[in-house]
Amino acid sequence: MAARAEIAQRTGKKGDTARRTDLTGYLFVLPFLIAYGLFLVWPVILGLRMSFFDWSLVGTGTTDFLGLANYRELFADPDFWASLWHTILFTLLTTPPLVLLALGLALLANRAVPARWFFRLAFFAPYVLPVSTVALIWVWLYQPGFGLINSYLVSLGLPEVDWLAGENVAMISVAIATVWWTIGFNFVLYLAGLQEIPEELYEAGALDGAGSYQQTRYITIPLLSRTTFLVLVLQILASLIVFDQIYIMNTQGGLNYTATRPVIQYIYEQGFTQYRIGFGAAISYVFFVMILVFTIMQFVLSRRRRREA
Amino acid sequence: MTVTEARTPGEIQEKTAGTGRRRLGNWLAFGVLLVAAIIWLIPLAWAIDTALKTEADTTVIPVSWIPPSGFTFESFVEVLSAGNMLRWYFNSALTSSAITVIVVVLASLAAFGISRVPFRGRSVVFWLILAGLMVPPQVLIVPLFTEMDFFGLIDTYPGIILPQIASPLAVFIFKQFFDGLPHELEDAARVDGASRLRIYWQIWMPLSRPVIAAVAIFTFVLSWNNFILPFIMVTNTEMMTIPVGLATVQSSYGVRYADIMASAVLGGLPLIIVFLFFQRQLVQGIANTGLKG
Repeated sequence: MAARAEIAQRTGKKGDTARRTDLTGYLFVLPFLIAYGLFLVWPVILGLRMSFFDWSLVGTGTTDFLGLANYRELFADPDFWASLWHTILFTLLTTPPLVLLALGLALLANRAVPARWFFRLAFFAPYVLPVSTVALIWVWLYQPGFGLINSYLVSLGLPEVDWLAGENVAMISVAIATVWWTIGFNFVLYLAGLQEIPEELYEAGALDGAGSYQQTRYITIPLLSRTTFLVLVLQILASLIVFDQIYIMNTQGGLNYTATRPVIQYIYEQGFTQYRIGFGAAISYVFFVMILVFTIMQFVLSRRRRREA
Repeated sequence: MTVTEARTPGEIQEKTAGTGRRRLGNWLAFGVLLVAAIIWLIPLAWAIDTALKTEADTTVIPVSWIPPSGFTFESFVEVLSAGNMLRWYFNSALTSSAITVIVVVLASLAAFGISRVPFRGRSVVFWLILAGLMVPPQVLIVPLFTEMDFFGLIDTYPGIILPQIASPLAVFIFKQFFDGLPHELEDAARVDGASRLRIYWQIWMPLSRPVIAAVAIFTFVLSWNNFILPFIMVTNTEMMTIPVGLATVQSSYGVRYADIMASAVLGGLPLIIVFLFFQRQLVQGIANTGLKG
């Protein structure tokens, strides 16, 4: 009906008003669109263009057109595949604990326990810390000998673990630090989801004699499935773009480099330390497309879920 | 949707059936939470503890929470007087504040336009903006650097600020909020001949205070903590923000753990303070991202 009124407005003698409305509307969105175009859309286009050139950061920037050569080189590059594997491994190691542990803690904190503010503080506080603070603290905790974790292991009669340099352990160490750092985000999302479950359901459940286990199992968890899906998707997307903590622990703490370097770090190195920004752009694009495929997949999946619900 | 005040199923259970078993369950939950919370706080406590030790006491084996030569503020004094810490604080505060103000203004204007002005093509514009949510800034570091280099903005404040001002998520959150506001106020104002810009500024913005606060605090924390963007845009130590500068301290102090932990703690302190003051808005900001599911 609004649309019909609009059309009537436009075709009728009020055509001027409609045009004014259009103009006003665009004036409101224009400042954002300019920023959006310059710092989001344009880099996306520029990156695609660069990926077809032998574009270098040094000197005048040799810009010979290469066609698909950057992409061909990339697919044959074992370092690219290794870095992609590290990114996926990091995602596999961080996602399950970040979702399940957050859910468990939120379920516990949502009961009538004393000092709930304190728990929210304890689990959420690390999330607001800058990544460098987090990386430096964990590098310190992971030290051999006088590192807190190893010294506790030794006092328990266990052997020391080579947390940072150990080839098989390094990524696990990064994952532990990351879980500690970011769990508060998922924890809060779950607490918000828990608040949306209507109280009546629990009252009805209690009247039917459901204990707290049954209530959790048959009321809470199913009704939280939307939140779980959201947490899962956001978590995977966040894990896939890992760079900061691994890079800082690599450069500042001797974290095993060959066992942890993720894709974004490979892009950074190719672009900014090898000065091969055309090649760096090509890696970015391949990785971007992979993330896009995942995003679209989850979008389709969530629409189907909603239709079924 | 405040996470803080609503009643919990536990409380309801107590009202409906206050059995001893349930109370036992709650105490058990409390015990598990307490252990988890202590584990969560140990790294922070250890960092502060280390920062308060003399350098020699940091590497003593077996480790001890209470250092043999007592606690000292030496490292904090050292880091604040010798390093670039104060300069980095200033850079972070300046760039994050600028980003926050610009994000709130641009996003709320755009959201108002899309939500309240029935112009042609607004749904196309909205979808175009939403599509931006699918682009992680991390994959744009190479072209963004090239672009900022072209504008001559490397090692400048605008070079740090500009790439962070277009936030599709902020537009989305504002639009959700505006869509839910009643039309009546606006209609009355329009009858009185108020321009749309005046309606935005005098009616909509005051009504939006809670959502402005949530978007602002969240944007501030995210931009303060943004590592990769200032990291690639800045090479000069004087222009670094806190996260970028901190990632170089090991190289500048060498292996001096008390100093390193003092800088790590100082680097985290402003945000812990922001968090303690604005816990509500921060949590709200995160819960808002949950609404888009």
